[in-house]
Amino acid sequence: MQKLKTFPKGGVHPPEHKLSAGSPIETLPVSGRVAIPVVQHLGAPAEPVVQRGEEVKVGQLLAKGTGFVSANVHAPVSGKVFRIDKKFDASGYKRTSVIIDINGDDWDPEIDRSTTLRKEITASREEIIEKVQAAGIVGMGGATFPTHVKLNVPRGKKADILIINGVECEPFLTADHRLMLERGEELVVGIRILMKALAVTTAVIGIENNKPDAIDHLTKLTADEPGITVQPLKVKYPQGGEKQLIKAITGREVPSGGLPVDVGAVVHNVGTTLAAYEAVQKNKPLIERIVTVTGKSVAKPSNFLVRIGTPISALIDAAGGLPEDTGKVVLGGPMMGKAVSKLDIPVTKGTSGVLIIPDNEAHRAPVEPCIRCAKCVSVCPMGLEPYLLMDLGVYEKFERAQNERVMDCIECGSCSYICPADRPLLDYIRLDKLRVGEMIRKARQAAK
Amino acid sequence: MDKLLTVSMSPHAHGRDTTPKLMLGVVIALLPAWAASVWFFGWGALYVPVLSVLFSVIFEYLIAKYLLKKEPSIRDGSAVVTGLLLAFTLPVNIPVWILAIGTLVAIGVGKMSFGGLGTNPFNPALVGRVFLFISFPVQMTSWPLPKGFATADAVTGATPLGLLKEGMRQGEHVANMVRELPTNYDMFMGHMGGSMGEVAAVALLLGFLYLLWRRIITWHIPVTILTTVFLFSGLMWLINPADNASPVFHLLSGGLMLGAIFMATDYVTSPMTPQGMVWYGVGIGLLTVIIRRWGAYPEGVQFAILIMNAFVPLINMYVKPKRFGEVKKNG
Repeated sequence: MQKLKTFPKGGVHPPEHKLSAGSPIETLPVSGRVAIPVVQHLGAPAEPVVQRGEEVKVGQLLAKGTGFVSANVHAPVSGKVFRIDKKFDASGYKRTSVIIDINGDDWDPEIDRSTTLRKEITASREEIIEKVQAAGIVGMGGATFPTHVKLNVPRGKKADILIINGVECEPFLTADHRLMLERGEELVVGIRILMKALAVTTAVIGIENNKPDAIDHLTKLTADEPGITVQPLKVKYPQGGEKQLIKAITGREVPSGGLPVDVGAVVHNVGTTLAAYEAVQKNKPLIERIVTVTGKSVAKPSNFLVRIGTPISALIDAAGGLPEDTGKVVLGGPMMGKAVSKLDIPVTKGTSGVLIIPDNEAHRAPVEPCIRCAKCVSVCPMGLEPYLLMDLGVYEKFERAQNERVMDCIECGSCSYICPADRPLLDYIRLDKLRVGEMIRKARQAAK
Repeated sequence: MDKLLTVSMSPHAHGRDTTPKLMLGVVIALLPAWAASVWFFGWGALYVPVLSVLFSVIFEYLIAKYLLKKEPSIRDGSAVVTGLLLAFTLPVNIPVWILAIGTLVAIGVGKMSFGGLGTNPFNPALVGRVFLFISFPVQMTSWPLPKGFATADAVTGATPLGLLKEGMRQGEHVANMVRELPTNYDMFMGHMGGSMGEVAAVALLLGFLYLLWRRIITWHIPVTILTTVFLFSGLMWLINPADNASPVFHLLSGGLMLGAIFMATDYVTSPMTPQGMVWYGVGIGLLTVIIRRWGAYPEGVQFAILIMNAFVPLINMYVKPKRFGEVKKNG
């Protein structure tokens, strides 16, 4: 076993609760009516290209990305476009969505639906990036940043290492874990594809040590793959944060305000890598993903392969139904996931899990005075001072907050997690970031 | 769905630490020293701390409720820690009325006058102790010599640091006083005169290990204080062994262990960053030795900590943690 690596500063270790780690991926069919939001990524919204009443096939383009930092959206189901309307999504806002009445499962014939592994990569570097962009692939770890943007290394910069993020440091989530175990062969081809696109000869798969089976499996699969290695990592949150992962594996520190490629690294999630394989080798756009449905009271914690647009209520039903004591439903993990107010919202490209939290753990404890224990400072992986940033937010000293590097915050939540006085540190830091972001944009406009 | 779901921002999980749990941890870490003090000073060492805790909690409750007119927060456990720590810095034969005044000053002036937990700039227990030390010098410096349980009435005498200071005042060489001073081993085990909780270095170090293991404090403050005292007093001892006590004597005597491990590490009044804690620790270490060597009082730890408490806001302002991604910005 190799020596475990980790990032040096800060971090916490919440109870892991990987309840669904042993549940194989099940394919969950969808029926009825689904809503497909045109914004499932970071960046400009996609523009719908289908009309009301139009028949669509699985894989057909529904909405086209506008501009470079945007992503296409494809039909995950076949049927008739009922209408294009504003519908609630995970954000809690109503967003433009293409609503489809499902009829059968009629796929675009261009898509290779066979399960045969296509190892040989015939596409050129440019073709790979084009196909990834056309397929609407975004970061599937939850950040949903368009993948083709990260594959286009900016002029004057050079990537020398591809890091594949199989860390899955969020408690409860197991979607990436199961993917690595069950789709390992395709994943490795996907890594080769991304390596070709980035013109790098080194790729490292980072996996936390609480998934020894995935580490063993991928170590075996990559034994004869020159340039690809598996790096076991210490279990510590937020190991899967892009900057923390780069630091853990390469020792390099992404400069404040900079991009990973500034230190020669590009990070892609295992789900994204698999999607790249399917897009390039099988012509399949991003229309489905693996979602963990879990929670302490969930009858059957599961991992489902579902079409984008499947309502999360359907996933919960398939995992044994909504438990009696449900207090909160979170999309994603407990540390960075988003609490939702409704269950008829659709699975999107960034939905890694549905976590059901019992009522007795769903509420925040009352806020107590800060005892200045400095635990928030010691757990901050970015070397910030959360207690100070919160105070600056409370007293609206946003310029000082900017000087104290609030924009470096990755919103991992370690500070709020550790605080013995239950202070809402991250809430106020988000407020700081919002206001400082406005200030920066205004200054930029004024400069123009 | 009939029931409404709870919605809040992430994180949706919370660690198990709470303020009362951390305070309870400090109390547990003080138990070995408490046990040692009962062993050396008899039953008085059992009830004086209990009384001190009682007074502290009652004063905090009354002040919060009737003077500040806010919900008393005695359940956070901080008044218990303050009461216990104050008692540990007092001689076991302290009259109860003096103890009551001490706790009133510690809680009332040291803590509640600034608004309560988290807002006080100075360590409340030390504020109480220094107030008593200056107001009641006789009662505060009649140190019972340690005895076992069996003989109830302990004889009073000077502490090792007191002996040293007195000797030096009379122009005697330190080297000649060694015979009157306890051995290093005796001081390590606690066989010396002093305050209730400060004598047994071994018990205090045990508490330190517990605090580290529970991650209630980090090593930075105690280790830098002890290292600074050792190096600084060691340097002077090497230059002039005739007029300076050995660095080991400095480490084991007086309230240094209690101060470094339990007083200087008080959350509220110590710096927020590891780098700041090191500066703070070095300052306390230097001031302690300077006061012990050249000051009017035999012991300097209490003043050193209070002086450095005053610098904490400044340290927090200027000493920043190493930011992620600060290196080689244009590199």
